[in-house]
Amino acid sequence: MMYGLAWDTSTPLAFATSILPILLIGLTVTVKAALAGFAIAIVMGLVFALLRRSRIRAVSWTTAFVVEFLRDTPLLVQLFFLYYVLPDYGVVMPAFLTGVLALGLQYSAYTSEVYRGGIDAIPRGQWEAATALNLSRLTVYRDIVIPQVVPRIVPAMGNYAVAMFKETPVLSVITILEMLGLANMIGEQTYQYLLPLTMVGLIFLLLTLICSAAIHQLERRLPKAGVPLK
Amino acid sequence: MAMQSPAAVAEAAAPIIRFDGVTKRFGALTVLDDFSFAVAPGEKVTLIGPSGSGKSTVLRILMTLEPFQEGTLTLGGHGYHQPGGAGAFRASEKHLRAIRCNVGMVFQSFNLFPHMSVLRNITEAPRAHGVPRAEAEGRALDLLGLVGLADKKDHFPAQLSGGQQQRVAIARALAMRPRVLLFDEPTSALDPQLVGEVLGVIRSLAHEHDLTMLLVTHEMRFAREVSDRVCFFNKGRIVEQGDPERMFRSPEHPETRAFLQSVLA
Ligand SMILES: Nc1ncnc2c1ncn2[C@@H]1O[C@H](COP(=O)(O)OP(=O)(O)O)[C@@H](O)[C@H]1O
Ligand SMILES: [Mg+2]
Repeated sequence: MMYGLAWDTSTPLAFATSILPILLIGLTVTVKAALAGFAIAIVMGLVFALLRRSRIRAVSWTTAFVVEFLRDTPLLVQLFFLYYVLPDYGVVMPAFLTGVLALGLQYSAYTSEVYRGGIDAIPRGQWEAATALNLSRLTVYRDIVIPQVVPRIVPAMGNYAVAMFKETPVLSVITILEMLGLANMIGEQTYQYLLPLTMVGLIFLLLTLICSAAIHQLERRLPKAGVPLK
Repeated sequence: MAMQSPAAVAEAAAPIIRFDGVTKRFGALTVLDDFSFAVAPGEKVTLIGPSGSGKSTVLRILMTLEPFQEGTLTLGGHGYHQPGGAGAFRASEKHLRAIRCNVGMVFQSFNLFPHMSVLRNITEAPRAHGVPRAEAEGRALDLLGLVGLADKKDHFPAQLSGGQQQRVAIARALAMRPRVLLFDEPTSALDPQLVGEVLGVIRSLAHEHDLTMLLVTHEMRFAREVSDRVCFFNKGRIVEQGDPERMFRSPEHPETRAFLQSVLA
């Protein structure tokens, strides 16, 4: 019994229908973590990409180092570090926040590379026209660069969104009760692992397919020239 | 001498553009060496010369797209210098922006913003500089009228011909009301049948008394027609300059003669 919901192990079908609501509760945690993590990755990836282009060497080099560090250390290590080491230094965060931050930061390192590639692909003439019009750097990025970068990076960003979604079960190691963690607990209590784990796999598969299709649609809908400004 | 040289005239009228001993290098390649050049307010000057002679570089330095290594550039009263070798010194962004206020540029490849409507391309800079939207759009529509594209305001650049795109680019450059307008081979990327419409627009601008124009072009007949002064460039130096009629009729320097023969042939 979990969340006040009892399971029925009499037949496989009864078992499946009785644990589905429990897994769906876990799924809401999974989805929330993935959405929040990806929101962080989209914003921080851009911040990293812009800082890396800073004219101040100390800023661009530090950023490059941080990005490299985030990319080259396992998510699990970062997760343990944030959850078990930081409290020793007085930084205590709830498990969910910690998990979302770790996911978001690691993926920021990936998305910052995607942004970087997208920004580098903007033709030089666009920057020169912007300079000739005396636009500020803020305006150049907001009105000229970002709208043109978006359609180019949707496919790569979509891949990372899906990858991050599939990586959320790792959060169970810091006690977050997401879908896989719950399935595992059901297994421990009923000695039946096959069905709960299969169901988790199928739910992931289904959602990943939906996600990919949505990204593909977005990709097709966005004009190649950029997000239109009237 | 009865007649003052055009350079002396420019000098007398407190030039709007002045290069003083400007040296520009790309690595080991020196493109401009101790280059001095002045343009009077309202003057229409054409730079001609073989490819690679440094004409674009002069325009790009004026537009602050290229730093330079030595000398001083004065633009509309704003001094701008970058002493010390290897481009180590950069003028502050604020200073560069003050200089850029005076200048606009039309590029060979148009460089319109592809994700913006024609109207937005033209209103973008004024709006970013605080002009209210309605006023910026009013101004843009006037400019579109001027370049003969009032009916295209909601189109996107990809829906226009090259000639139309370049006319929009001219309107866009004018929207910031620059005192100096630079044209770097504005018709070189166009199909021959589209050159005329762009030259027509530039010709009408040449009648604007207060607008200073610096034009790089290979359209010699056009240069002769609209310029107050033609400068023949070779290897980063002005070899010969003067009244267009005189330059094209009887060039004095053998290099000028050879160049004109090759392009007019
Ligand atoms: N960004 C650059 N890097 C290196 N060399 C350059 C660069 N831009 C121009 N040059 C060189 O400077 C010289 C002058 O170029 P440019 O001013 O474009 O000549 P023009 O416009 O008269 O054809 C050429 O030899 C060109 O190769
Ligand atoms: Mg050139």
